[in-house]
Amino acid sequence: MLILFLKSAVIAGTPLLFAILGAMFNERVGNLNLGIEGMMLLGAVAGFQAAIYSNNPFIALLFAMIFGSLGALIYAFLTVTLRTNQVVTGLTLTIFGTGLARFHGQKLMGMVLPEDFSRHFKPLSIPFLHEIPVLGPFLSIFLEQDLFVYLGFVSAILSGIYLFKTRPGLNLRAVGESTASADASGINVTLYKYIHILLGGALCGLGGAYLSLVYVPSWQENITSGRGWIAVALVIFTSWNPYKAIGGAILFGGLDILGFRIQSLNIPVNQYFLRMMPYLATIIVIIIGSIRKSSRHTPPKDLGNPYFREER
Amino acid sequence: MQIINRPGTSIKQVITIRVIAIMAAAVVSSFLITLLGYNPLVVFSNMIKGALGSNIRIKATLLEMIPLTIASLGIIIAFKMKLWNIGGEGQILMGAFDASFIALKVDWIPSFLVLPVMFIVGFLAGGLWAFIPAFFKARFGANETIMTLMLNYIAIQWITYLQYGPWRDPKNMGFPKIPNFPKEALLPQIFGIHAGLIISLVLVVVITWFMKKTKKGFEIAVVGESVATAKYAGMDVFSVIITAMLISGGLCGITGVIQTSGVNKTLTFNVSSGYGNTAIITAWLSGLSAPWALLVSFLFAILLQGGSYIQSALQIPSSAADVLQGMILFCILGSEFFVRYKVRFTAKKPVSNGGAKAC
Amino acid sequence: MEKTVFVEMNNICKTFGVIRANRNINFRVNQGEIHALLGENGAGKSTLVNMLSGIYTPDAGSIEIYGKPVKIHSPRQAFELGIGMIHQHFKLIDVLTAAENILLSEKGSLFLSEKEALKKIQKVMENYGLLIDLSKKISDMSVSEKQTVEIIKVLYRGAKILILDEPTAVLTPQEIEKLFVILRNLAKGGCAVIIITHKLNEVMTISDRVTVLRQGETIATLDTQSTNYRELTELMVGKPVDLTIERLPSKKGNLMLEVKNLTVLGEHQVKVLDNVTFDLYGGEILGVAGVAGSGQKELCESIAGLYPVESGSIVFEDENIVGLNPREIIRKGISMSFIPEDRLGMGLIPSMDMVDNMLLKDYVNQPGIAIDRKPARQKAERVRKRLNIQTPGLSTPIRKLSGGNIQKVLLGREIDSNPRLLITAYPARGLDIGVSYNIYDLLQEQKQKGVGILYIGEDLDVLIELCDRIMVLCDGRITGIVESKSITKEGLGLLMAGESLTALEKEEHLCRL
Repeated sequence: MLILFLKSAVIAGTPLLFAILGAMFNERVGNLNLGIEGMMLLGAVAGFQAAIYSNNPFIALLFAMIFGSLGALIYAFLTVTLRTNQVVTGLTLTIFGTGLARFHGQKLMGMVLPEDFSRHFKPLSIPFLHEIPVLGPFLSIFLEQDLFVYLGFVSAILSGIYLFKTRPGLNLRAVGESTASADASGINVTLYKYIHILLGGALCGLGGAYLSLVYVPSWQENITSGRGWIAVALVIFTSWNPYKAIGGAILFGGLDILGFRIQSLNIPVNQYFLRMMPYLATIIVIIIGSIRKSSRHTPPKDLGNPYFREER
Repeated sequence: MQIINRPGTSIKQVITIRVIAIMAAAVVSSFLITLLGYNPLVVFSNMIKGALGSNIRIKATLLEMIPLTIASLGIIIAFKMKLWNIGGEGQILMGAFDASFIALKVDWIPSFLVLPVMFIVGFLAGGLWAFIPAFFKARFGANETIMTLMLNYIAIQWITYLQYGPWRDPKNMGFPKIPNFPKEALLPQIFGIHAGLIISLVLVVVITWFMKKTKKGFEIAVVGESVATAKYAGMDVFSVIITAMLISGGLCGITGVIQTSGVNKTLTFNVSSGYGNTAIITAWLSGLSAPWALLVSFLFAILLQGGSYIQSALQIPSSAADVLQGMILFCILGSEFFVRYKVRFTAKKPVSNGGAKAC
Repeated sequence: MEKTVFVEMNNICKTFGVIRANRNINFRVNQGEIHALLGENGAGKSTLVNMLSGIYTPDAGSIEIYGKPVKIHSPRQAFELGIGMIHQHFKLIDVLTAAENILLSEKGSLFLSEKEALKKIQKVMENYGLLIDLSKKISDMSVSEKQTVEIIKVLYRGAKILILDEPTAVLTPQEIEKLFVILRNLAKGGCAVIIITHKLNEVMTISDRVTVLRQGETIATLDTQSTNYRELTELMVGKPVDLTIERLPSKKGNLMLEVKNLTVLGEHQVKVLDNVTFDLYGGEILGVAGVAGSGQKELCESIAGLYPVESGSIVFEDENIVGLNPREIIRKGISMSFIPEDRLGMGLIPSMDMVDNMLLKDYVNQPGIAIDRKPARQKAERVRKRLNIQTPGLSTPIRKLSGGNIQKVLLGREIDSNPRLLITAYPARGLDIGVSYNIYDLLQEQKQKGVGILYIGEDLDVLIELCDRIMVLCDGRITGIVESKSITKEGLGLLMAGESLTALEKEEHLCRL
């Protein structure tokens, strides 16, 4: 029972995980992007449409990433090159992305993904895994999942290695911490910002695609239902760290399905209140995070500041 | 290419740049509309026709303008202080909820007092919904953007619960609906439009005065520019933040009261229908100035009303209007750059070997 | 020996909006020399070298490096040409270690291999006799350590041309001496060193040649040996100036401020002010000397009620003001003006006009909830006339004024409120000499009116000439309070570095009068 619940929590956490990573890359280069929700929706609708057309999972994911990044490109052009206010630009991206997804999605309503597409994303079953005592069922939470979930874990781990062990990772952290210093050190700040905002967009697109291709799987209006926003909060909760993001995503994935589970157990709990849970939990997370401020838990110092080399 | 700080921009330049931005937005949108298989000229002319073509349509446009204006005023006050209140939706819903409670569940108030009480209660409810994030922001620096947003979702769930649960009208079999308001709880009509129009115009004047000519308005502006300076001048930053957010949320709450009592005549979970979010845009476009917010809200009302008209006239989904809104805002946001900086294209472009941008 | 020209800049022009920061500047630096770039603030020194380091691009003019014409578009290109800049405000990332900062933006394999890199860095350090703990985080370093990291960073990248922008501003005299030794080593090793400064004595001590800039133009390039203080000053200021401040006499008034055992805490519960005790009389200027960050800001802010006091008392005219809020303290007649490094931070709202900035403290005294701007407009007009503030109009956002005029707005407002106690920190920061002396005159005028003045300064010469007494802070502790007539600059320097007064007496830096 618990194993089953945790398994579902991992699944429900996967779109969050992608979105957290996406938001994290934005913030690590100093850009607070509130357009996560919009980019997720763009990815969700593009991925779904591509899947219907091509019947090919790679093409579906590719399109999800491309459209997520296209949203990010608008944001990057405005905030980095034209130095607009990041908050308002991000909000606009969300409005724009939501509108575009809704607009295009109307044609996709009621469509079903072909069976031979969906079979690519069936959970794997690993032989003998359950025969390992204690560890077996535990591992199955993470391992007996579909390939998309695997992709999420791999993305998180690769992001971590990239961020903390590589040269570009060091440079990108520098850009977020002090853009002017990074620039003076010879880092091409504009390029770093563009690349990582776009990368973030691609990850958000994947997060959206997981919802429309695997989780639901069909097109629904507002399919993300605020997950993009929860991700923005969870970046803070997980201290801009991709490894911690895995834990944060699973935790909130669990909260997301809690209501569902409890109802299926015939425990009389109000479903509307249960649906408030993730939002309420996010608020609590933010409040707790702000009350106990530790030095390890501070955002990149140049987060939200526009940068212009010749500003005096 | 060189980018230079503009020492100062004349009003004329600003207007020129803005007009170019709006034209750019029109061009980009036309492109999009063409891509969708429609003739942009037909679409635009239908939008104008749908928004301003007859008395009834103008009235419908004004009905869109009223909530946008009032919510924008609320957002302006928060944004002026650099507090990113994006919880307008939730504050509208909570204002609507408390006003509905007075309208439906309290019967001992004399009927001539029902409406005033609804407005006061609605203002307080919206203010309270904004107070929660404001308090934690002012005390601990908690991120108000996400908190206000999460509170939107909670408010929606709460009203949905009421609509489907305890407040559901038993007479309305099958269809989950909250009963209509009694007559004394409905906004009176003036010249064929509910009194919200008058209220919104009065509020524009009041808020303009408040921001420009009162001590609190001055304090809000100072805190928005520099918390350090505000403290230095002896201002109580905590109370300034709380007051401003109370007013900000309160105005959104009033928007909710007007929508329930003037338009829907009952409470539904989609009473805010996106005004809280659109108001963020209109507030920003108005340059956080109350009188301009009225104009911008009117223009946006045309866009909204026109958008819903083309839906019925040309079968273009209403979400297309959202896309258009996004486009327009992107263009205008981008144009701010040209207000602040001068871009000079030098004749001989130096060959850059590092691939680094000159800007 | 034929001298190789490393840097040659011809007819360089650069404009920012309406400000013409550089006009037809010519500048030439040889290999193996230490070349001082001298000028007042705003003379265009930083702008000029920023065009060498790729931060700005010139509007017109040509640059030659090692005799080859180049265009420098980015800091990266500057590195590739062997130009290394050490900025006045260090360009280091606080959360990273020294080694990580040095390795930033370096090309190489995808994965960082610190071990090898460390070896290379160690070698550079040995070559020039530099010492630093490479695994230490920048945030845990002293100013002088940070500067060393910057120097290692540019040398590690193979810089042959080193530019140091006001490198001594934040150092004690002893640390400056150490830095100069390093710079001489670098020059001997075949580098060209450009040092930007506005301090004449440094030019005389360290440089081989000096180029003087004034109002964006090159005035002269001279051999240091063949010039003197007076000539340089005149070149720099453009007219003969009297460099001494005449300390005006005034009647010492009553005891005004008595600070006893004041302790305040900073981040991580570190004592930023530790048991500080001093007094201040009416009609007296008490100077505060110390390396930047020794607790000056916290001292100003705790008296003004802006910083929480851990223990101790601040008695102003027989009343302990600890625990009062800033507004109550303002009402008592205590005025504080702090000019931060960016020169705008606290005390003014850059986007508002002079009238609204005048209102900042006064608005609350008006009756009712509405604001009447008439008195503020009169006050703005008065201040503008009295301090001769250059502004297009009273309704121009003060952001658009020049730095000196902005500072005058702040000081003018504070003086106009007729304070009893005036706390002023770095009021002449970044101003040219003429305006600075205006400000010193204003302070003396206040002193003669019986106002008690706490003056926090950085220029030791000014402190000694202007103040009646000087108190020296080091790491939040008072190392000495001395009569300014009886102390030398070197003596102050030792106190700033943490020596005690008794040690000073032994070394005879204190001349007994």
